[in-house]
Amino acid sequence: MNSHPHAPAHEDAANTHHGHGHEAGHGSLKGYMIGFGLSVILTAVPFILVMAGTFDSKLLTAFLVMALAVAQIIVHMVYFLHMSPRSEGGWTMMALIFTLVIVGITLAGSLWVMHHLNTNMMPMSPEMMKNMP
Amino acid sequence: MAHDIQTQAGEKPVFYLTEDHHPEGSTNLGFWLYLMSDCLIFAVLFATHGVLGRNYAAGPSPADLFDLPLVAINTAMLLFSSITYGFAMLQMERNAKAETLFWLAITGLFGLAFLGLELYEFAHLINEGAGPTRSAFLSSFFTLVGTHGLHVTFGIVWLVTLMVQVSRRGLIPENRRRLMCLSMFWHFLDVIWIGVFSFVYLMGVLG
Repeated sequence: MNSHPHAPAHEDAANTHHGHGHEAGHGSLKGYMIGFGLSVILTAVPFILVMAGTFDSKLLTAFLVMALAVAQIIVHMVYFLHMSPRSEGGWTMMALIFTLVIVGITLAGSLWVMHHLNTNMMPMSPEMMKNMP
Repeated sequence: MAHDIQTQAGEKPVFYLTEDHHPEGSTNLGFWLYLMSDCLIFAVLFATHGVLGRNYAAGPSPADLFDLPLVAINTAMLLFSSITYGFAMLQMERNAKAETLFWLAITGLFGLAFLGLELYEFAHLINEGAGPTRSAFLSSFFTLVGTHGLHVTFGIVWLVTLMVQVSRRGLIPENRRRLMCLSMFWHFLDVIWIGVFSFVYLMGVLG
């Protein structure tokens, strides 16, 4: 299956050049299967945790669900999107880190600010009270 | 650089090749930047859902509405489509046109199955009176999940377009580049779906 390193070598100049351009872009069958196996486990476990109600503590279950989601996102990034600190001379990683910072600020900032607005400023009617989480 | 090669090779202008290398790499990086900006769209929608997700307006809550086995099947469809797209890319590397087209078709079918299940879920919710206008929670839910579904829809349109391109022109460098971009797009949508099923469905049902 790993014919990749040899295959382009015998082709004409355009193809050799092309093969080189994609060196960092592709995985192997083994890589895809490892990623798939890990993804299946990391998907099945949180569904089972929630559907079977394995733990009594909702906080613990929620924490585990989010932790497994983060783990699966990393698995997808590495095995399916082929992220590595070396691809594109490190620029994809830089863009990713920048985006993660912005995403973190957006999510944490929105939740934080809106939570404070909710608790400090909102006049509560009895009906609204009833529907508070 | 160009001068070097020109003097070495005499009258043959081989420097053209070194020039050609650059756009190839920058397409991947540029497409990656697009995906990152798309990621920000989803981040904002996730944040909106995080803020509004508990405001039921005396209506149904996620525990009343969501059918987790259906969501699990949906997740499996998208995960299968991800791995079959991976197989298509491996076949593309082997220059196997027919096999590439085969795996692309399988990927498209899994994508359609995902969309069908999602549309079924949406229709079911709206029929139950839990449409996007029912509560803030449902508005943000439909916006977030609908935006993801719209991405998958356009992904499938792109996939079919590329299947036509590959079957007509073969696995030429241009088509390889396009398949590579769609590969990133498709896997990226699966990454977003991880956030959706964890944060929206599982955490929603958890309450």
